[in-house]
Amino acid sequence: MNTADYAALSAVSLAARVGEGDLAPLDAVEASFARAAEAGAGADAMNLILWSDRDLAKRDAAGLARGMGIAGSGGRLAGVPIAVKDNIATLGLPTTCASKILAGYVSPYESTAITRLREEGAIVVAKTNMDEFAMGSSTENSAYGPARNPHDVRRVTGGSSGGSAGAVAAGITPLALGSETGGSVRQPAAFCGIVGVKPTYGRVSRYGLVAFASSLDQIGPMARNVDDAALATEIIAGMDPKDSTSSSVRVGSYRDQFLSLATSPAPLDGVTIGVPEEYFPENLDTDIRRLCERAIDAFKSLGAKVVDVSLPHTPLAIPVYYIVAPAEASSNLARFDGVRYGFRASGASTLRDLYAMTRSEGFGPEVTRRILLGTYVLSAGYYDAYYKKAQAVRALITRDFHQVFGQKVDALFTPTTPSPAFPIGAVTDPYEMYLSDIFTVTANLAGVPAISLPIGRSTGLPVGGQIMAGHFQEATMFRVAYALEAALGAEAHQ
Amino acid sequence: MAVTHDDVRHVAELARLAVSDERLDHLVAELNGILVHMDVLSQVDTNDAERAIATPAESTPLRSDASGPLKLEQPIASFAPEMRDGFFIVPRLASHEDSADRAP
Repeated sequence: MNTADYAALSAVSLAARVGEGDLAPLDAVEASFARAAEAGAGADAMNLILWSDRDLAKRDAAGLARGMGIAGSGGRLAGVPIAVKDNIATLGLPTTCASKILAGYVSPYESTAITRLREEGAIVVAKTNMDEFAMGSSTENSAYGPARNPHDVRRVTGGSSGGSAGAVAAGITPLALGSETGGSVRQPAAFCGIVGVKPTYGRVSRYGLVAFASSLDQIGPMARNVDDAALATEIIAGMDPKDSTSSSVRVGSYRDQFLSLATSPAPLDGVTIGVPEEYFPENLDTDIRRLCERAIDAFKSLGAKVVDVSLPHTPLAIPVYYIVAPAEASSNLARFDGVRYGFRASGASTLRDLYAMTRSEGFGPEVTRRILLGTYVLSAGYYDAYYKKAQAVRALITRDFHQVFGQKVDALFTPTTPSPAFPIGAVTDPYEMYLSDIFTVTANLAGVPAISLPIGRSTGLPVGGQIMAGHFQEATMFRVAYALEAALGAEAHQ
Repeated sequence: MAVTHDDVRHVAELARLAVSDERLDHLVAELNGILVHMDVLSQVDTNDAERAIATPAESTPLRSDASGPLKLEQPIASFAPEMRDGFFIVPRLASHEDSADRAP
């Protein structure tokens, strides 16, 4: 299979061809590695991929082919090469969170999401670059250097799941996993012109996802179209006893719902879409505003009712997030101390020195900054003023969503980001960088599902539109996203 | 509430991070530059926040804490920095002399 044909295949199409015996899993894996080499996915070019093992992937492909010979079916993702963010535990490949402190670490167990994808025939071909411990919005905070955007290599991929976004955009894999804490799947998806999903909190098991902020973290799929993203979400979603926050709410068949409406002239008939004013500030990029208005017109032509709504506490989301997330991170990252796994500094004469030297040498500047910030807002004398207050405001942000979705609004539509991908090195102020999550972070704080999909281009760069829905209403979210994607067609990439 | 050099030294100690003097000035400036944006929260009326609805209760029901140890595909020694006879090896704790040095 030539690389151009491979790079154009969706996950659903590729698995169908493998299932029909038209394509061998081994050929799909070889095509993925060839495409990675051709596109420059390595450290000397786009720096999207940190770790890969061609022989291991080929052995997995051969094992799948043998299994198909016996069972006859390879699963819903038979032979589909996938890329995985480097903070999701995989057997056989390192899991370093793009941090020196986990250099060389290979997990002794595998994440539930990866296990479920493998059970459906997916083959892990790469671990992808990311902001260290998922702390960042550009994939510039990696200990292994910045990832580069396939649409313009002088620009960032977004982050923190930038390597996964870039790998999908560059045609290296049709599907990837990223993780979200404040927009780390949707924002790079928007910057790289692909689809990214943040499921409802509790929808996808966090088992095997290296913890950053446990009340916010979720694994999410990244794909080149909504159908593939919905399929991957269906597969990885669902109850997992290994994650105490995993939900027992039944997982529906998202694809059946929207595919059954695919030929309808009004697939969004009966759906009400809210447009929250706080996500369209006066200083919003003019191209992004224009493309959002085009998408809103498309919703109307698809039969949806569009209404203006308000989520009044939205402007407080970034301050809340940058208290809650660092606070949880300061606790979660206490485990990296040079004793049980990962990097250990040399020359320490006492245990206390070992901790301090290992952590100071192992963590990069942004992680250090957030650990200190989180420790500060949790420390005696400041806890009430910062952390407790932030949690209270977080409840108000969540209530905004409950109120809007309680008023017969089925979904919300907003831009995903306030700007397209910015040049590497252009944003140096930490708080200015934090603001690039301004439209995505609310969904994490409230726990609702959200998706970003391409809605057009601004000065040649991809722009994403975001659809949010109520808790566990992924079916509605995908229905709206699929209809919009179909209505925009090729315009979504123009 | 401005963060001082002593505040950063204190939280660095709590977080087991060694911060050099030259890095300290930058960190104080950076943390103050971030925290100034958090002051807006103090103006928000949160008196009824506790009544605000959190994630639906049925989504994460309580369950018995019954799971046993999880199976590891690799032995611990395969990734531990230093191990002997099933124990992690670490440097000694601070000696009595070290403790005396640190005493006020």
